[in-house]
Amino acid sequence: MAFSGGFVPFSARSRYFPILGVLCFFTLVGCGGQPAADTKKGTGAADKAPVPALRGNIQVDGSSTVRPIGEAVAKRYAEVQSQVQVDVGGRGTGNGFKRLIAKEIDFSQASRPVTPNEAKQLAEAKVEFLEVPVAYDGLTIVVHSTNDWVKELTVDQLKKIYAEDATAQNWSDIDPSWPKEPMKLFAPGTGSGTYDYFCEVIGGKLRTGISLNEDDNALVTGVSGNQYSIGFFGVAYFEENRSKLRAVPIVNPKTGVAVLPEREAIEKNDYSPFSRPLFVYVNRQSLDRAEVRSFLKYYIESAPELVQNVGYVKLPSDVWAKVNEIVANPQANLGSRFLDANGEKKEGSFLELFLAPTDEPAKSDAPASNTTVQEGQ
Amino acid sequence: MNRGLPIPSALEQKRYRPTGSARRSERVVVALLMACALGTIALSVLIVLMLLRESWSFFSSPNVSLTQFLFGTRWTALEVRDLEKVEFGIWPLLSGTLRVTGIAMLIAWPMGLITAIYLSEFASNRVRKILKPSLEILAGIPTVVFGYFAVLLISPGLQWISPSFDTFNATSAGIAVGILCLPLVCSLAEDALSAVPTSLREAVYSLGGTRMNTALNVVLPSALSGVISAMLLAFSRALGETMVVALAAGTLATFTLDPRQQSQTMTGFIVEMLKSDLEYGTVQYYSLFGVALALFVITFVMTLLGQLIRRRYREVYQ
Repeated sequence: MAFSGGFVPFSARSRYFPILGVLCFFTLVGCGGQPAADTKKGTGAADKAPVPALRGNIQVDGSSTVRPIGEAVAKRYAEVQSQVQVDVGGRGTGNGFKRLIAKEIDFSQASRPVTPNEAKQLAEAKVEFLEVPVAYDGLTIVVHSTNDWVKELTVDQLKKIYAEDATAQNWSDIDPSWPKEPMKLFAPGTGSGTYDYFCEVIGGKLRTGISLNEDDNALVTGVSGNQYSIGFFGVAYFEENRSKLRAVPIVNPKTGVAVLPEREAIEKNDYSPFSRPLFVYVNRQSLDRAEVRSFLKYYIESAPELVQNVGYVKLPSDVWAKVNEIVANPQANLGSRFLDANGEKKEGSFLELFLAPTDEPAKSDAPASNTTVQEGQ
Repeated sequence: MNRGLPIPSALEQKRYRPTGSARRSERVVVALLMACALGTIALSVLIVLMLLRESWSFFSSPNVSLTQFLFGTRWTALEVRDLEKVEFGIWPLLSGTLRVTGIAMLIAWPMGLITAIYLSEFASNRVRKILKPSLEILAGIPTVVFGYFAVLLISPGLQWISPSFDTFNATSAGIAVGILCLPLVCSLAEDALSAVPTSLREAVYSLGGTRMNTALNVVLPSALSGVISAMLLAFSRALGETMVVALAAGTLATFTLDPRQQSQTMTGFIVEMLKSDLEYGTVQYYSLFGVALALFVITFVMTLLGQLIRRRYREVYQ
């Protein structure tokens, strides 16, 4: 009896099944059709000329700081070239270079320039690369939103908090007027370019007892969850979580003025020493593929707008002209501008080194004001 | 009754034994079954061998001493980059694992056991029909969901009770792991309790016992071996739990008893090491196999203990 009782509704349902199926089908078609039409309209507005449809798969990995830029570009690029799949990862700058050396990826995003050691390994693996700065970041020191005692920090104070030989345990050890509560330290993992950059600024390694995490969102959760915590990461992750965190003004060692990581300050390098460029390193061999060329071109075209959308600062126009020049003529612009002929690190600021004229005569021919990018060969 | 049907010729001739082809095919099937069973054992052996070989690369390094590994109270494989200065003392990770597991068991054992007793001895059929599937749903939730549950709900809740809790702490991870292990304890313990013969319960009733008397004084002691092995199984499960602790317990290895602090566990460390930029081949990288070996030894001992207890306390009826 129970069996037949259960059976009747089932058979009834199975009778309606085809109808249900047809309904589902129409719903799906309706859902699928709408955005497709939208995309077409969007593309038409952006590019006048019809874009040839490309296919393929592009691998982007590296810095989690640069990841939001790559993701924003990839998302918009999907509207132009829906058949090209772009995967953007964020395993950290060091891991990104490792994958670039292993020829696993086409683009390695980095929050610091390539190191001499990495450049050597790239050369050994016969990977030629292009070095493309895409934005300025202000490495942001953040505290909990209710932290009302830290008004500003100097690099020396940061050393007392983070450096390897630091002994401070409580906030009061840094400044006697601050609470006698243990500091909860957070930092990106050792594979992160942000970690390396911070180490460089404080001139040494970081102490033990810091919660290291390769995931910037975990750092946001960590710092925003405890009143006595402090951490640091790229400004985009701060912009996204302004309600939960507070950025600490950093005293510029040259001027003695405390500066917040705001757009203008980062661009003018007032937010020193934590203003830094973000890079994309491109495997030159990958540029033989049309979809990679097209994506790089699109990246450079859309970066000035998109980097601001995600919270970073666009590069000054002279740097950008140089970027366009590099991308327009990749063969003549291989390698890093921060390493000398022997593969050693050059001394100097980002702007000095990046804008310095190189020995190659071919480059001076390229028009500096050229803002459009030709497809690289 | 079967008059209408023809009788097979073999039966008619009273040859009550399998035919040659049946015997051959059975032999093939038995061989296949045996191969499967042996394959399982071979896999376990291979895993242990791999663990031993890789961890040998760690223990044989001149920078690692076994005494430091077993008794050291600082673990800095991820924090310090100079190999000479790295300290490999297992206790921060081990204490982290034990803290999380201890808290998890504080939740899973009593709640699981009480639920099991209720389900097997007190619940009406209708209630059981609703409760059991709900518990099974709990068992089907992916552990990553429990991890975010711990970070986004349990931690803020704990901090609301006392602001001294870290954002990532042993307690919130432990509570989540406890909830995760609850269905395991409950369903295994309930199986053990239900397996106690009804005649024992009827005997108590006939002597004037209440249902509570039956459950606590007769059924539970009779099923003790099953209940304890359920608990130990949950313990091993909690020891090896990875996703929840990777998300919620924090990434700082601390040697403390304070459940409010961050506590990287052994599994949590393995995850972080895989995510880090340390290359395969470095001593720091191999340290993850050392940790994995230690974890394996602990769970192995727990399983052995479970076997022993089951044999020692097993009571057979009928």
